[in-house]
Amino acid sequence: MDWLQQLINGISLGSIYALIALGYTMVYGIIKLINFAHGDVFMVGAFIGFYAITGWGLGFFPALIISMAFCAVFGVLIERIAYKRLRNATRIAALITAIGMSLLIEYGMIFIRGAQPEAYPDDVVPNKAISLFGVQINSQSLFILLTSIVLMIILQFIVHRTKMGKAMRAVSLDMDAARLMGINVDKTISFTFAIGSALAGAAGVVFGVYYTKIEPLMGVIPGLKAFVAAVLGGIGSIPGAMVGGIILGVVEAIVSAAGFSLWRDAAAFIILILILILKPSGIFGKNTKEKV
Amino acid sequence: MKKSKPFWAFVILAAVVYGVVQFFTVSGLLNIYYSNLIITISINIILAVSLHLVIGITGQFSIGHAGFLAVGAYISAIATMKFELPFVLAIVIGGVVAALAGLIVGIPTLRLRGDYLAIATLGFAEIIRIMLFNIDYVGGAAGMQVTHFTTWTTTFVCLFITILVISNFTNSRHGRACISIRENEIAADAMGINTTFYKVAAFAIGSFFAGVAGALYSHNFYIIQPGNFGFLKSFDILIFVVLGGLGSLSGSVISAILLTIISAFLQQYPETRMIIYSLVLVIVMLYRPQGLLGTREITDLFKWKPAKGGH
Amino acid sequence: MKKKWSKVFMASALAAGILAGCGTGNQGASGGGGNSDVFKLGVNMELSGNVASYGESMTKGIEMAVAEINKAGGVEGKQIEVIKNDNKSEAAEATNGIIKLTSQDKVNAVIGAATSGNTVAQAQIANDTKTVLMAPGGTSPTVTVDEKGKVRDFVFRTSFIDPFQGTVAANFALDKLKVKDAAIFSDNSSDYAKGLTNAFKETFEKAGGKIVGEESYVAKDTDFRATLTRIKAKNPSFIFIPGYYEEVGLIVKQARELGITAPLMGADGWDSPKLVDLAGADALNNTYLINHYSNEDPDKKVQDFVTAFKDKNKGEAPNAFNALGYDTVYFLADAIKRAGSTDSVKIQEELAKTKELSLVTGVLSLDKNHHPIKSAIVLEYKDGKQVFNTKINP
Repeated sequence: MDWLQQLINGISLGSIYALIALGYTMVYGIIKLINFAHGDVFMVGAFIGFYAITGWGLGFFPALIISMAFCAVFGVLIERIAYKRLRNATRIAALITAIGMSLLIEYGMIFIRGAQPEAYPDDVVPNKAISLFGVQINSQSLFILLTSIVLMIILQFIVHRTKMGKAMRAVSLDMDAARLMGINVDKTISFTFAIGSALAGAAGVVFGVYYTKIEPLMGVIPGLKAFVAAVLGGIGSIPGAMVGGIILGVVEAIVSAAGFSLWRDAAAFIILILILILKPSGIFGKNTKEKV
Repeated sequence: MKKSKPFWAFVILAAVVYGVVQFFTVSGLLNIYYSNLIITISINIILAVSLHLVIGITGQFSIGHAGFLAVGAYISAIATMKFELPFVLAIVIGGVVAALAGLIVGIPTLRLRGDYLAIATLGFAEIIRIMLFNIDYVGGAAGMQVTHFTTWTTTFVCLFITILVISNFTNSRHGRACISIRENEIAADAMGINTTFYKVAAFAIGSFFAGVAGALYSHNFYIIQPGNFGFLKSFDILIFVVLGGLGSLSGSVISAILLTIISAFLQQYPETRMIIYSLVLVIVMLYRPQGLLGTREITDLFKWKPAKGGH
Repeated sequence: MKKKWSKVFMASALAAGILAGCGTGNQGASGGGGNSDVFKLGVNMELSGNVASYGESMTKGIEMAVAEINKAGGVEGKQIEVIKNDNKSEAAEATNGIIKLTSQDKVNAVIGAATSGNTVAQAQIANDTKTVLMAPGGTSPTVTVDEKGKVRDFVFRTSFIDPFQGTVAANFALDKLKVKDAAIFSDNSSDYAKGLTNAFKETFEKAGGKIVGEESYVAKDTDFRATLTRIKAKNPSFIFIPGYYEEVGLIVKQARELGITAPLMGADGWDSPKLVDLAGADALNNTYLINHYSNEDPDKKVQDFVTAFKDKNKGEAPNAFNALGYDTVYFLADAIKRAGSTDSVKIQEELAKTKELSLVTGVLSLDKNHHPIKSAIVLEYKDGKQVFNTKINP
């Protein structure tokens, strides 16, 4: 029953990647910017959740909501301060600004509280091992999986059933046309950042509960991996980000299970490069023709 | 010869710089800390100039330069430590292997554009790093001990050759082909320029000099570990090029000098250093996205002065 | 024509930059003139970064010992002045640090680096500049012996070495826990863990034990479940986990969650209060670690140290790294006393002759490779507290 256990390990990890990847994919879909700072919003979310739980003694859900709200505001601030001016700048300038913001948040955090790690308390979410056919399923991982799925369903609802969601889709399709149709483009972009960042914040809390250790540089690698997941699923596509995240998590679990745990990070990047070369539009992406 | 006068002026100035530093070192006025700082500055200039060719001239956004630095560092260290080859030969081998790595990485990825290329180069640099982690022959993650061979003289010669080759390349017809790719790849293609060839060529030359810098780096620091070549190192190099001005060779040189000195003085405050770095990066991008010098060279500031110019 | 001028200006910019460097260089040289009233002790430690907890603990111990010695009149009539440098837990920064300490601050000796890799990064410069380098916690043999097997004359250490720790762990598992098979899950990113793994494997297999699985991870990983599941499938009755607390904490927690109940064991890299936070007290039950020292050792020297440390640090109990830092200063001070001089060559000669020096972390004698021969202690975690189990003499 080993493979089943490994599958569960992979899906739990993948659902965290998926939550972060959603923010990447939405932002990229709408302003064509790889928001490197996204991984750090995830880190900030983890810390907010930690302080809410240990400082104020809150439970998992209130902490999750506080962290999501804070990150939403934080994401909009980043967008307003750094990215808004760059909407018509070159891609390189935008990408470098994003790298700069990412470093600023990481080292700002270290400056404020130091680089030492923090441990999430153990009892936030009931932690019981459920034994099913010889497979240890942790109640925490079930909880996390459920939280992720619920958040993704809410997101699907927002994007496809609300007016704001319609505006988001319109702006990502053609920003100028959307503006001509009377859509407030700035507001829509801010809203996209808010939602993406809230999901990253949620992912931060979930990560903290599941993996215990949080530290100021924790967002870097999951951030990059989530980007890989977003590209894998087809950047700009919401179901793509979910599927891409889960696939990446499962692939990593398989690589470790086969005894190549030291090559796990390389596997993610090899997938990225293969996808970029063979099918740059990803699994769910649409092919775009080059405009001259 | 039309170009002989400025060329000799460059050579003389370079000789003066070399002589002054060498004099201070030999006479003991410059202690090991400062001579080490000067070598670090020179290595960073080589890195900045080599990446300048890829990003600034050819417009290909590579953020994985540390990967080639790592290749040069490890290959040259293997050459001197395991095969006991002379250091000068090790530098050349380091550069050539890094250039080969550049070709291997460049040929598939340079079909990509912009953000995708950036991420792909970052991915390749990480793969190189993880490979080094897993090769016990070079010490794996614990690193490899390297004898100290780098001297001011070898560093200076490498620096001199790097600047000479890259500025000559830029000013040749090949360089102009690269610039046309930066300005508009589709138009360059339409004009009959073999864009893939030039992109890969620029990438390989840039990687070669990054490999040379790697050889100097590894023989200057006693121990090299794969962790030294993570993407933060790539970002450091990127910052030199971007702050100096994308497309300005003198800009890259100046910003490499200034930032290395600033970072040495801020060594005691690592967090503050990174905060200052990132703030400067964001502010420059927001208010002067073309970098401090833009695509101009520092000489352009003097261009209305008499031909003898200078100071 | 114009374009060639670019090189001229570039070169002049280069010259300006370098001359600026020279200017300050001269100041540094004249300002650092030897003040012979103080003994300058450089401390090149991991004050930030991955293993900051060790560096901070050792520095605390060092400062306490220095304060005591200064109160008692210093060394050879000189007060000790501590000059700290943060190596950020990175080898290149450790190299830069010792260059700065020896050439700018002109220190008489350096205590440094809590971990082996960062000490090795300094060793060659210490030898070249004839500066005594004391490693409180560099447990890898390569700290004092270079890759060609030659002793580094100016490098010394206070802790025992990795092969000894690995041997102790293997013997403990065989004799005390009575296990016949074991798995190893080691940190692939440090010399330290590799040294332990090799020694453990060799001793364990020689005594008839069987290694059923060998896996590794890289520092900074957070997800070990997949690999642990793989280990669980082999059903080992004992798992040896040489590594550092940041990852070990997560490994122990995740192993217990996956239903691995076998005893787990590690070495001095486990010793940090953070380990209990990360793993949780329950998960740590039935785990063991080897350490240099225990607070519960009834030895008078240890108890005096514990009392003095608690007085200074608001009742906080010392850990092994505090003790090692503390001991390193006394180790050095003892040699200076015997040398009757603060000349580094004389200190170095006396350090190499150290025999039967009684310290908090045990009685220390150096062998010809500058490896201390001293005792180790096995501790057991019970409800998040380290409990003294056995003391093992070499």
